[in-house]
Amino acid sequence: MSVLAHDTSLRPSGGLRRRRIVNRIMEGIGTGAALVAVAVLVLVIVSVAVRAAPALSWDFFTKEPSLFGAGGGISSALIGSALIVGMATAMALPVGVLIAIYLTEFAPRQVAGSIQLVLDVLNGLPTIVTGVFVYGLLVIGHGQSGYAGAFALAVVMLPLVARAAQETLLLVPSALREASLALGVSRWRTVVGVILPTTFGGILTGTVLAVARAAGETAPLLFATSIFSPSVSTDVTKALPNIPVLIFQYSEQPDKALHEQAWGAALVLMAFVLIASLGAKALLASSRRKLGQ
Amino acid sequence: MSAVPSSYSLSATRRRLRDRFGDGALRGITLAAALAAVVLLGAIVWKVLDLAWPAMSKYGIAFLWGETWDPVRREFGALPFIYGTAVSSGLALLIATPLSIAIALWLSELAPRGFRGIVGSLVEMLAAIPSVVLGLWGILVLGPYLGQHLEPWLHDKLGFIPIFGGPSATGTGIFTAALILTIMIVPIIASICRELFLQVPSELEEGALALGATRWEMVRGVILPATRTGIAAAIILGLGRALGEAIAVTQVIGGGTAIVRNIFGPGDTLASKIAASYQGADPIEQSALLYLAAILLVIGLLTNFAAQVIVRRFDPLREGR
Repeated sequence: MSVLAHDTSLRPSGGLRRRRIVNRIMEGIGTGAALVAVAVLVLVIVSVAVRAAPALSWDFFTKEPSLFGAGGGISSALIGSALIVGMATAMALPVGVLIAIYLTEFAPRQVAGSIQLVLDVLNGLPTIVTGVFVYGLLVIGHGQSGYAGAFALAVVMLPLVARAAQETLLLVPSALREASLALGVSRWRTVVGVILPTTFGGILTGTVLAVARAAGETAPLLFATSIFSPSVSTDVTKALPNIPVLIFQYSEQPDKALHEQAWGAALVLMAFVLIASLGAKALLASSRRKLGQ
Repeated sequence: MSAVPSSYSLSATRRRLRDRFGDGALRGITLAAALAAVVLLGAIVWKVLDLAWPAMSKYGIAFLWGETWDPVRREFGALPFIYGTAVSSGLALLIATPLSIAIALWLSELAPRGFRGIVGSLVEMLAAIPSVVLGLWGILVLGPYLGQHLEPWLHDKLGFIPIFGGPSATGTGIFTAALILTIMIVPIIASICRELFLQVPSELEEGALALGATRWEMVRGVILPATRTGIAAAIILGLGRALGEAIAVTQVIGGGTAIVRNIFGPGDTLASKIAASYQGADPIEQSALLYLAAILLVIGLLTNFAAQVIVRRFDPLREGR
């Protein structure tokens, strides 16, 4: 806190009136900045919703894209996205939780610190680099596939899930852990039978947030599963249609009908992501309360 | 005590054995998972460098300052994209930093209690909007608006400065990309800064106010100096995000391989060039694009690493985690 030593700014300077005015201006700037952020959010949501409205219909959700612009829907991309994100979750969730258990229950301080550093660096890595990595690992020589896309998204999700699980594990009251150990229950039984069940809510929240993030990721999928036929497919060894890549490709086309489809898909994606993250936040608040925080 | 069954000692031994095995197994499995994360990061670095190796050995280090990108004449240089990345991210940071600090200050110091949570989560929602949706909005809504209104106005008033050149017809360009990046990084920087500001001991804040400082003087004299390093780390994290964003930038930056001084002109960043060109490229251009990916990887690793080290070394928040 040595930074607080220099006292220049606290010395009364100039008239009180001038200082009050400066204060007012700065408060105004702060309020204005917050308003701008909220306004941008509202602007984006409203303009997506307004432009998406004409595209939305029952057919939009249930039909495959037609080959020639107008008409058709996004059913194949919806199914593909669900499959890819589902598989990615199945890969990232167990590994992430195990990492978190290691960090909180077993790891020496130093080791825990460096593994956390690795997770944070992994989290900040440009996702297009993840895409290139998966391209080199799974796509070259095998072709694009749904599971390559799922693996790419799992790489994106892993640090998110692990960090979230770790944060909840740290919230478990140590009295609970000690009580279990004092009763003669072994370490692994304590972890599996006592600690994990109490963290269920927190881990679920972290997973939902990670799913929301992964559902909108486009760059990793661009290399793994972007050249697909528009029809519904559940064959994960072939490239699967998916929402983010569909929006990206349609937005690059000059065709107005495709733009309309892109807006519709964007609204669906955005609604899913925002509702999922809001729901997760609410869940987190309630599970924190339950842990007596 | 007499109620203890006679088989107690036997089952206890067996249980002890099982427990020892279980403890060891759980430790082993979780350790393996943790190591897998380390291996994953190592594999990413190795694989990307490995993919880029043919181009790296062919073009050498001069690739970094080569100014032409011409797939037909087989001449490749990264400078236009390094320039595009630097200008778009730099511009985004220039706008985003004061904006996000102001938002964070408002949220932590000024906001009425009822608003605090709501506006805070609204700002975080901004971060949750998928980049491809933001890009779609950028190309079809924000871009045309900028091209028709803001850019001509700026060109009129500030055109004597060469960076404010002629507006773009379609509204795509480096400036539009910078604004989209700003929208993406403001919530990141703002939410980290808010956490930092909330951690400043309230005795210090109240002490400053009790000495007669106005709120702003308290912010400038107490809060900002106390959180300086944390703010720096937040800015670097935002920069890392801006440098690496591929999709939204690809959609709005217009695409180009020349170094244009006019910020309304088209360009490309490292990430957007890879995303835009990879599929249509022949093998030789592809390998040059992989070189770009390797550069991006190194920059991404460095910025992230720097931010994390700063956070860990100076931030009291992370102590003991």
